[in-house]
Amino acid sequence: MANKHTVSFKLNGNDVDVVVEPRELLIHTLRERLAHTGPHIGCETSHCGACTVDLDGMSVKSCTVLTVQCQDAEVLTIEGFEQNGELHALQEGFTQKHGLQCGYCTPGMITRAYRLLQENPKPSEEDIRYWMAGNLCRCTGYQNIVKAVQYAAEQTPKEVS
Amino acid sequence: MIPRQFEYHAPQSVPEAIALLQKYGDTAKLLAGGHSLIPMMKIRFAEPEHLVDLGKLAELRGIREKGKELRIGAMTTENDLIWSTVVQKKCPLLVEAARLIGDPQVRYKGTIGGDISHGDPGNDHPAIMLALGASFVLQGSNGERVVAADDFFLDLYSTALEPDEVLTEIRIPVPAKGTGWCYAKLKRKTGDFATAATAVLLSMKGDTVKEVSIALTNAGATALKAREAEDSLRGKKLDDAAMAEAARLAMSICDPAEDQRGDVEYKTAMTGEMTQRALRTAHERAK
Repeated sequence: MANKHTVSFKLNGNDVDVVVEPRELLIHTLRERLAHTGPHIGCETSHCGACTVDLDGMSVKSCTVLTVQCQDAEVLTIEGFEQNGELHALQEGFTQKHGLQCGYCTPGMITRAYRLLQENPKPSEEDIRYWMAGNLCRCTGYQNIVKAVQYAAEQTPKEVS
Repeated sequence: MIPRQFEYHAPQSVPEAIALLQKYGDTAKLLAGGHSLIPMMKIRFAEPEHLVDLGKLAELRGIREKGKELRIGAMTTENDLIWSTVVQKKCPLLVEAARLIGDPQVRYKGTIGGDISHGDPGNDHPAIMLALGASFVLQGSNGERVVAADDFFLDLYSTALEPDEVLTEIRIPVPAKGTGWCYAKLKRKTGDFATAATAVLLSMKGDTVKEVSIALTNAGATALKAREAEDSLRGKKLDDAAMAEAARLAMSICDPAEDQRGDVEYKTAMTGEMTQRALRTAHERAK
């Protein structure tokens, strides 16, 4: 096994092991090896935020993280949000407030908004706009995304494990 | 957009990291937050054969006060700086700058030490460190040395770091009470590098300038300390004419690279404008 590493981490609460070259990016491991295609590949240059996942309590762009950096990490993707058939308050909010049109940015938006609300449960509109600025949306003009996050904040969203 | 093949190392201590650097010499690169290096590796602008990840070294992360200094571990992230009550209280200039770096996701991963060691004049911490008179602890196979920010930034992507050295700590003298501060940064969008930016620390004695420190981001091959501009202000009344003269002197040392953010003339003019704005805001905040 030339220059490959076995990396073990938790993905949405489940233990996973992958064998990867050091150069493999987390987004490719998630999508191509682990069939978690919720995080999307947008710009591939850490600008757009479509590939955002939660890594050890941080929102990160998984196109700019190497899988080998994730040994023993806890990774959360959009696939982990629905629990027992019930949508998470943020998923509910994006539905209720029309926080998406094409939906491409939505998994990243929701995953980022989740960490924001964990850190700051009652953000102002300005807080939301500032702390969501790493996620681009080319459809909505952001207005309804802000409303969706505000909707979720009012529901006191659950921690996802 | 996948990097070239390399070998990955995750040392568990600083001496282990130094030993790896010694072993692999200039074929190795240190990985901090990875938000400059990994993008450069993806476009194959950087092609290290060995990547030495400092991510497991908890001892390099954290903020403490020692005497009249803030001591910040090199792997402390931008968000750590923003949320630190001691940094908010003792060195708001650093918080203001960190809030203007990258975007939220980048700030979870990007580190102060990585930003400084990268030697990119577009990064924000170099000018902030020059303005604050910071110094850097460098550890290598010959032990530890402390280098002033003034002596650290040598040229484009070139610093005083030897190939087997690791920047471990940033030491910042806490500005005196009542010092005004501002980091004025012009950028096209969230996440962009500065078109122009100026850091100012200012202390006043009545109407006149007692001490002032001015440093410029992305105005040359390294961050620049605008010494003549500073000299022109000491002991003077800080009126519009004095600020315009300081801005002119700051512009006189600019040699920015032309790129999509603007040509040399525009970027130089914007450095002057950011210098005036930073002086004005620092003046309002000085007590």
